[in-house]
Amino acid sequence: MRDDTPLMSTGPTTARRDTLPAWLLLAPFLVAFGLFFFLPALETFWLSLTESSLTRTNAFVGLDNYHTLLNDPSFRDAVGNTFYFALLTVIPLCALGLLMALLVDRFTNVQGWLQGAFFLPFVLPISVMTLIADWMLQPSSGVVNHILGGARPWLADPHWALPAVAIGTIWWTVGFNMLLFLAGLRNIPAELYEAAALDGARGFTLFRTITWPALRPVVSTALILQLIASLKVFGQTYILTSGGPFNTTRVALHYMYETAFTQSDAGYAAAVAMAFVAIVILLSLLQASIVKWVAGRDR
Amino acid sequence: MNRSGSFWTVAGAACAIMLVVLWAFPLLWALSTSLRPELETVSSQFHWLPQAWTLEAYRKTLGAGNVVRWLFNSFVVALLVTVVTMAISLMAAYAFSQLRFRGRGIVFGVAMLGFLLPFEALLVPLFRTMHQLGLVNSYAGIVLPQVVAPVVIYVFKQFFDAIPADFREAAVMDGAGPLRVLWSVYLPISGNIVWAMAIVTFIAAWNNFLWPFIIVTSNDMMTIPLGLTQTYDAFGVRYAQLMAAALLGALPVALAYVLFQRRVTQGFLAASGLKG
Repeated sequence: MRDDTPLMSTGPTTARRDTLPAWLLLAPFLVAFGLFFFLPALETFWLSLTESSLTRTNAFVGLDNYHTLLNDPSFRDAVGNTFYFALLTVIPLCALGLLMALLVDRFTNVQGWLQGAFFLPFVLPISVMTLIADWMLQPSSGVVNHILGGARPWLADPHWALPAVAIGTIWWTVGFNMLLFLAGLRNIPAELYEAAALDGARGFTLFRTITWPALRPVVSTALILQLIASLKVFGQTYILTSGGPFNTTRVALHYMYETAFTQSDAGYAAAVAMAFVAIVILLSLLQASIVKWVAGRDR
Repeated sequence: MNRSGSFWTVAGAACAIMLVVLWAFPLLWALSTSLRPELETVSSQFHWLPQAWTLEAYRKTLGAGNVVRWLFNSFVVALLVTVVTMAISLMAAYAFSQLRFRGRGIVFGVAMLGFLLPFEALLVPLFRTMHQLGLVNSYAGIVLPQVVAPVVIYVFKQFFDAIPADFREAAVMDGAGPLRVLWSVYLPISGNIVWAMAIVTFIAAWNNFLWPFIIVTSNDMMTIPLGLTQTYDAFGVRYAQLMAAALLGALPVALAYVLFQRRVTQGFLAASGLKG
């Protein structure tokens, strides 16, 4: 038997006896996983080497799709817009999430209310957020223009459309980051604060010497999760602006969607998907090593 | 209270109040809009509260359009996704955690690849598969890809791993099969985490936009997040009705959150890889 640590007193016969039940219990998941994850993953790669429509595969074309991709200004613009969106959201979402967690943690007597107010938007469907954002940002009857004065058509303005979507996204998703930081804060032993307080530390000094160092691992987790989530933006921009005005909000996944489902160019869309995954993984690794480097330098 | 302590308290309180107002405002504004007659939303006079309170927008939203049908579809889909995901994930997690068999490590490793690859990258072949199976515009087509949830299996496996082996041995000695042991020994002591993951799965399925958006093309099969994006066509630009529809779509998940706040929090944390 390969297994050298049998859990049970029944000894070496366990593995043989467990084999059939184990595969039977795994079967439903494995079938679903194979059909709806593993094979599609392989197929994405295969499709990217072919010329295919949404329903038919026509011809093997080798790396042609990737060649086209490298010289496709629309793809480059879409990736650029995605990066810009990540820039507008990753750090604000993490900073604001941390601030909210600190406030929830500080004001214990209204904790439930604060946490509820900040987290509730996160459990709502995306289109609830977009409907409300669209109404609030209406040029003439929108409440935002009423408060700020003027009649700016936020979502039709090439400079403001993506930032406006980013602000909507921050409202919608910051609750999750708050939750991560809150869990991190609760893991810090109270004794650390007591000891520091005895040494005369208070206010911001406590935060700088105790809270921040202890939260570092959570900060880097939150940054990575948020970067990945931000790079995968699609629904918000698609619903609110359909990629406009002048394609300033057409992001990478939107471009993949259009290529596949409006132009029925599944082969090229698969190449876009492969490139997208590569970009997400590379950027995550890059960010992780930057965070590590910064942490190492501070120490 | 020392000086710097009270300064941070006051600054923090001001900050908290400002943020709560900003975060509550959009939903309150939607509510205020939804309780007005349609004419008031386009009037040049601005009012924070409705001048003539009315439920007209809700009545029209529920009466016209397809909102009721979309809500029904969302219930069916979210419920099916939750039940199936829980069932297959519990079985798989039990096998990975408690049973010894050849290839366990490799199969588990491959299943966990699901963490690495974003679902978005699979949309094109998934649609092709569904098209071949004839499942476009069907409940099965909407539900099936959503039941593959490696993260749920991971959370359950972690939990089962921590349960002392004596629990299982006693039942196995009595001759109970694996399903029996899972059902009558493991499930009862995993109640909290199973509820937490079930609620979170339900919320995620209710809110899923991307996959229904790809696989549903007929208005009758839309779920509420998808349907809400069609309301401009159904109602025209009628903001009282649009806000009423948005709030109706938000209500079930908002209620689930308010009722099970601690479980929801625990579930999302567990799913993020941090302990709940």
